[in-house]
Amino acid sequence: LAEKRRHIKRGLVQALATLLSNIHITNFFRGTIYQGDLKRVCVPGLNCYSCPAATGACPIGSFQAVVGAADSRISYYVSGLVILFGTIFGRLICGFLCPFGWIQDLLYKIPSKKLSTKRITHLTYFKYFILVLFLIALPILLVDDNGLSSPYFCKYICPAGILEGAIPLGIVNEGIREAFGLLFSWKLFILVTVVVFSILSYRPFCKYLCPLGAIYSLFNSISFVTMRVDPDKCIKCGKCARVCRMDVDITKNSNHRECIRCGECSSACPTGAIETLIRLKQQGDIKNESKKTDSNSPDRPSGCVHTQR
Amino acid sequence: VKKTMIRISLILLAAALIITGIVTGEADTVMGKAVRICMECIGIG
Repeated sequence: LAEKRRHIKRGLVQALATLLSNIHITNFFRGTIYQGDLKRVCVPGLNCYSCPAATGACPIGSFQAVVGAADSRISYYVSGLVILFGTIFGRLICGFLCPFGWIQDLLYKIPSKKLSTKRITHLTYFKYFILVLFLIALPILLVDDNGLSSPYFCKYICPAGILEGAIPLGIVNEGIREAFGLLFSWKLFILVTVVVFSILSYRPFCKYLCPLGAIYSLFNSISFVTMRVDPDKCIKCGKCARVCRMDVDITKNSNHRECIRCGECSSACPTGAIETLIRLKQQGDIKNESKKTDSNSPDRPSGCVHTQR
Repeated sequence: VKKTMIRISLILLAAALIITGIVTGEADTVMGKAVRICMECIGIG
């Protein structure tokens, strides 16, 4: 019951974050996008700013917009915002605040045969290649005569632009619909591929492609939001590693770069050894969202010492 | 203590970068891009 409640709670937070990132819902019917001052500010998750309902700017799109300008190859503003988000939350943003992450979570709920990705964890490094190539190397190397570069990731890779921008705008706006060509077809192919694999496996875009997830992963070990495994309570049953859909063994590294802080391991732990913490000081924890241990749980191994927190 | 120092340093660095970005007009560049439909994003190019 506690696990179900936690699932519902997380789903509500994800829905709320998606709604707050896309608050101008009526724009879907108008075929226009929000043009107010909040578009100066980046939202923490991957959310296309060409989505009609988008409240703020996409950090990846914004970074490319600034580095694509003739006079700069780095964006202090967007880098600062991403460092701020990353230092506070780490990849909790992926697990709770990213609209595109939530969409993948919903797709994974569609009943189907599920593929394990535990044997291809090395492919998770591919997103760092995407980050370096599309956000750093190409804007420096591929510039036009005026020193301008395209937002290469948004243009050739990002499926969010098609799902959140092109499709809703194209439905309402005939001019946009008629302008769709080869590039749209390519990006639609990527979107369909991501959707299909999101049904078959957990969050393929987050694991292998997302440059924002790659950046936030670098902050997991030092972010204020962190995980802790109590070695005194851990009975090394391995259940946490088996339930983790991001293929992380939290007992080996509680702040693994791929951990999105979803809390599945915490729910599965029969001894309540795994906690999500907001850590302000090295010794002091102000918030504890760990699972309350149920002494009658069928998952509890016999002989386990009951610890009530 | 070491991690706390790193966190505080990163928050200060982030604040400095954000302020620098605002002063140099990057926030306006972001705004200028975000209030128009991004043709590259929606696959028109």
